[in-house]
Amino acid sequence: MSAAELEGENSLLKQRIQQLETELASVQAAAVEPDGQKWALGLDEYRRYGRQMIMPEIGLEGQLRLKRARVLVVGVGGLGCPAAAYLAGAGVGTIGLVDHDVVEASNLHRQILHSTATVGTPKVESALLYLRRLNPHPTYIPHDFALSPSNAIAVFQNYDLVLDCTDHPSLRYLISDAAVLTNIPVVSASALRKDGQLIVLNSPPGHGPCYRCIWPRPPPSPTSCADGGILGPVVGVMGVLQALEAIKLLILPAPSTPAPATMTLFSAWPRLAFRHCRMRARRTGCPGCSPAVERTALADTDYVAFCGADAEGVRLAPEERVAPVEYRSVRESGAPHVLLDVRDPTQFGICHLRGSWSGFPSCVCMCVVPVLTCVDVPFEEFEGASALPALVKEGLSTAEAVYVLCRLGNDSQIVTRMLKDAGVAGGHVWDVRGGIREWARTAPEGFPEY
Amino acid sequence: MATIPITVEFSGGLELLFSNQRTHKLQIPAQDPSGNPANIGFLVSYLCDNLVEAKRKDLFVMDGTVRNGILVLINDSDWELEGEDRYELQGADNILFVSTLHGG
Repeated sequence: MSAAELEGENSLLKQRIQQLETELASVQAAAVEPDGQKWALGLDEYRRYGRQMIMPEIGLEGQLRLKRARVLVVGVGGLGCPAAAYLAGAGVGTIGLVDHDVVEASNLHRQILHSTATVGTPKVESALLYLRRLNPHPTYIPHDFALSPSNAIAVFQNYDLVLDCTDHPSLRYLISDAAVLTNIPVVSASALRKDGQLIVLNSPPGHGPCYRCIWPRPPPSPTSCADGGILGPVVGVMGVLQALEAIKLLILPAPSTPAPATMTLFSAWPRLAFRHCRMRARRTGCPGCSPAVERTALADTDYVAFCGADAEGVRLAPEERVAPVEYRSVRESGAPHVLLDVRDPTQFGICHLRGSWSGFPSCVCMCVVPVLTCVDVPFEEFEGASALPALVKEGLSTAEAVYVLCRLGNDSQIVTRMLKDAGVAGGHVWDVRGGIREWARTAPEGFPEY
Repeated sequence: MATIPITVEFSGGLELLFSNQRTHKLQIPAQDPSGNPANIGFLVSYLCDNLVEAKRKDLFVMDGTVRNGILVLINDSDWELEGEDRYELQGADNILFVSTLHGG
């Protein structure tokens, strides 16, 4: 059997196991007392949910509400993983998962449903493996595609509540708009580095503010976890809080007078702090939720354009850039040059090319190969600057050639342009395409990739 | 000149524009240059002139007001509930500037 055939067989067997587990659960659920009384839940479910059911806030009625509830989790990453785990554990009857990404090793420090064994498999599939093992009772619905203006309504209309666990403003606006149109609340959270934010929107549906009421215009340049970094437990806390807010929304009757919207801010560093802020009510004339505003059909809204397609920055011509393999032969040839690394000192400290020294006292100085000088001047020093930083100007005054390196090959293009405009090294300045990541991926001897 | 003691805080990454310090205890002039009581609008320009890292100012303000995606909270209330930039500062006020996060 080929690997593909084995994988196919394997996935069929997994489906069969799931089917049998569900059947078994329903047979057990239909347990009947000797006198013919039918229990509201399966006997296994009483044991499983007992610890939360004995709380007066939950009780049997609350547990049945959870079982009847249908919750959609959009994004099975750092927020969606813990959120889905707690919802499944609590016995939410139907849980839908939307994500089109595959699991990467760099996800595993925070995305707790995925594992080393599921790297490379779709996140939705990986999450379902975990969730079914955790609790076979709920119905899990995989939506293994990207949420878009053309499919959002069709997906949302089968759910009572949506958890926004995404990582981009364009999706956050889309989720909010689709939730308003399908009349369901949104539990929205986000996290970056050591901070988190949580807010419940469109709650109760038709009354609470939507995402557009709070944030009418998107930020010019949002930072992702991949770029800015994220501490696992920070995003974990926020995902757990989303599950908590979802459970409350599902079991509590809708209030007759809606409470004002509250945003919870969490900061983990240096001191642990939660802060609760009173937010505005619905915005009159809000294009997302005001009944008075005639809105464009969802499918005709360009969310990516609204949020500003990812900044193009400077784009160099192909001949102004060299592939890592070309730069490698420059190093091997012994041609004198300077390698300018524009990553920040933290990233420079994780790994850098041999022969480097750093312009920062906090970094350890390395030996300097005679023909090669590597300088670390973070991009920050260049950003928004009208002239070259003094250190760079001085350091490059005698350079015969300069190669510029960053993490992914974006910042380095901007710096290359600045150096060329300033006439550095007689214009002999090149950008190393794809940054240190591409260098790592093509290094035959191996190089850290982060 | 009379001043108002207030606490200004930055979070969500904005602190990086303010010496990487989250909390700043400030004495703000009680009146703006035209003699009107100091309000949030004046505070924002005061921060631009005195506290923000000059070359990264554009990450804090745009077209004379705080940039899109930054929430302003006056004593833990959305500034839109308090009159936005026209809110007049009172002693011991806590003004929090939060950058909206998108990661997840």
